Amino acid sequence: MAPELGQYALVLAIIVATVQAIVPQIGAARRDAGWMAIATPAAQAQFLLVLFAFGCLTVSFVTSDFSVANVVANSHSLKPMIYKISGVWGNHEGSLLLWILILTLFGAAVARFGDNLPPTLKARVLSVQAMIGVGFLAFILFTSNPFERIDPAPFEGQGLNPLLQDPALAIHPPFLYLGYVGLSVSFSFAVAALIEGRVDPAWARWVRPWTLAAWMFLTCGISLGSYWAYYELGWGGWWFWDPVENASFMPWLAATALLHSSIVVEKRDALKSWTVLLAILAFSLSLLGTFLVRSGVLNSVHAFATDPARGVFILAFLGAVVGGSLVLYALRAPLLKGGGVFQPVSREGTLVLNNLLLTTACLTVLLGTLYPLFLDAVTGEKVSVGPPYFNATFVPLMTPLVAALAIGPMMAWKRGDLIGILKRLRFVAMAAFVAAVATLWAAFDISLLAVLGMVLVVWLGFGVLWELGERVKLFRVSPRESWRRARGLPRASFGMSLAHLGVALMVLGITASETWQEEIQTIMRPGDTQTVGDYDLTFVGAQTVPGPNYESLSGAFVVTRDGQPVTVLQPEMRTFTSPPMETTEAAIRSNFAGDLYTVLGEPDGEGGYAVRLYYKPLVIWIWLGTLFMVAGGLVSLSDRRHRIGAPARRAAQAPGDAAIAGAGD
Amino acid sequence: MSEQAEEQPTGGSSLRWLWALLPIAVFVVIGGFLFQGLSLDPKSIPSVLIDKPAPEFDLPPLPGKDNGLSRADLGGEPALVNVFASWCVACRVEHPILMELQKSGEVPIYGLNYKDRPNEAISWLDRFGDPYDRIGSDVNGRVGIDFGVYGVPETFVIDRNGVIVDKVIGPITPQILRDKLRPLLAELRK
Repeated sequence: MAPELGQYALVLAIIVATVQAIVPQIGAARRDAGWMAIATPAAQAQFLLVLFAFGCLTVSFVTSDFSVANVVANSHSLKPMIYKISGVWGNHEGSLLLWILILTLFGAAVARFGDNLPPTLKARVLSVQAMIGVGFLAFILFTSNPFERIDPAPFEGQGLNPLLQDPALAIHPPFLYLGYVGLSVSFSFAVAALIEGRVDPAWARWVRPWTLAAWMFLTCGISLGSYWAYYELGWGGWWFWDPVENASFMPWLAATALLHSSIVVEKRDALKSWTVLLAILAFSLSLLGTFLVRSGVLNSVHAFATDPARGVFILAFLGAVVGGSLVLYALRAPLLKGGGVFQPVSREGTLVLNNLLLTTACLTVLLGTLYPLFLDAVTGEKVSVGPPYFNATFVPLMTPLVAALAIGPMMAWKRGDLIGILKRLRFVAMAAFVAAVATLWAAFDISLLAVLGMVLVVWLGFGVLWELGERVKLFRVSPRESWRRARGLPRASFGMSLAHLGVALMVLGITASETWQEEIQTIMRPGDTQTVGDYDLTFVGAQTVPGPNYESLSGAFVVTRDGQPVTVLQPEMRTFTSPPMETTEAAIRSNFAGDLYTVLGEPDGEGGYAVRLYYKPLVIWIWLGTLFMVAGGLVSLSDRRHRIGAPARRAAQAPGDAAIAGAGD
Repeated sequence: MSEQAEEQPTGGSSLRWLWALLPIAVFVVIGGFLFQGLSLDPKSIPSVLIDKPAPEFDLPPLPGKDNGLSRADLGGEPALVNVFASWCVACRVEHPILMELQKSGEVPIYGLNYKDRPNEAISWLDRFGDPYDRIGSDVNGRVGIDFGVYGVPETFVIDRNGVIVDKVIGPITPQILRDKLRPLLAELRK
């Protein structure tokens, strides 16, 4: 029963979405308040219908209803409950349904919290949002029905891909989708603004919290995915430049650029057409990511559910959404009136530099990701573009970005004083110099990249703290006065400092773990001891242990440091039977100073086992750095100025802001 | 990028239009490639050894079996060299298809027992059946390296001159057998 109800709800949802796409749009063109008003209840109804369908699919999974093809293919009655639930989105059809659920959730949220938007803009935003919804609902109904029945129903399901049976991966897709799909709101705002023919500071202020929220979710999702790769794939790395990873990284880079350029629109009424283009590009890259992951055009270590027939549908959809919005952009953008003028050396100037570097980085990732496809299409030659390309292009682009990050926030709007800022930063520069010397001394094999990395870490880290210190006049007034000033700082600027500090910590984690990592790959027999980092690891042995739905070869290492016992690490190799697959469960001892990382490999047939042992100093700071970024986003989002009601209230209070109020029409 | 144009709302209007058209031009090019990409197969990874003679090797038999496998056994007629191991779960999946192929007698199948304990390989074959005409025991995986094996199972197609003409990565599925291997073998037998 549940599957039929779910199916029915989806059909109703596509009807509602179609109405929502058409009626408010016409209403906005004719200024008909009644027609425009349909958008709000429609968006909410659409969300409730999809939520109901999602609930129906969840019920089918939880009750192991093997008359549903999707449940058969992706679940198993013996599976732990959390993976029965995460199995709902651990497959193509279900993850698509999750995607639509989040899309409609954002639509409903805009409907609910967008009361202060000008009615025409709100109607148009919701109409565009519904157009995307129609496309995805059609996709799911016509090519990827999650509720398809099979007859006769088998007694048992085939299980979820064991690599996906992991807590981090159970929550990773929802976060990633909240990010991907959240960018649809920025996109809808951009398209609606192009239809209206008006982009102004008020527009930027409405769109910014949505972009910020999407960016935070995307940051979370990407770092969860990276952490999962680190401990589950068992090769000790945390980023592979795999097409699927790149698919989520490209929208992140674009969204980061958008976040910064929309500040310029908001504060200075400049960079308007560029910002609109970025909003379109960010969501387009989300869609491109969906296409790359699901169509099977690129090979990846973790692409799942690829099907060329679906690829054709997404590509057509991509063409309609991206092509359509870019045509609209080409028609309307040249008519957008430019605003404030600024010098190259200014806050605006550093934000433009930020945008140039981030979009160039995004382009190089796009090129690297699609190059194998281009070459195959043109010459039939097969290549894969690996980490060397990305590292070679990425480091030179990120270095000036991180270096400028310390300077930008100190820069004045319109016309900045670079010399003055550099003078104020002289102590920070000295600290960076000390870091360079210390690194050269510590890394005897002198890796220039390590020196560069540590200099950047100190330069940015101290730069951020220095800037904060100057703002609160630390040590120049009484501590109490400093504290009062700190509390008076706008939360958005505090959030920015936190996020930028996160970048510094992340660079620290990357540099230290890459430079000072120790790695041993060898055969160990029970009783053998190896030394990595400051730790001695004695291999006790390995034995076969049955798990709930797998069999595990479990090894044990006794870890000591200076003869003192530290811990016992038990890496595993799991063999799943349904579906047949092996997974590595690295055993990791993690702390702020560094990770001890052990992997158990195959037996050599003579009583020994292949093992890999790593010591990775400071590696955890990579993910703590991303946490800082997300925390910065949260703090910034809590700023009064970003609350959705703020623009209207401020306009009412300050007559000088009539321009913003006028934007309301 | 476009701030240049924005800061000069009056001048260079044709330039503004050009800037505005650029994204759509880029998108059309990428979209075209993506469309073409749909008909390509990214999973067919070529081996550097394809169209080259099989490497020289001479492997001992598994205990209790008569025939080992060496380079000299290849050639004369088209054959398959199947890399397998008892610890490899995917080999179990592939196994029934090899048994069926063996029964039909259409092509000799040679086994390369890769990084396996010989006794376990023997009991594996006893338990599930032995589809191989000859088996070489590659305990330390040296011959596997020469063949460029990077995952088990893998199957090499050898022509009558002992040249590697193709390879299948991962288990042979009924579909691969039907659509790829059988037509290829028929071609080689001509």
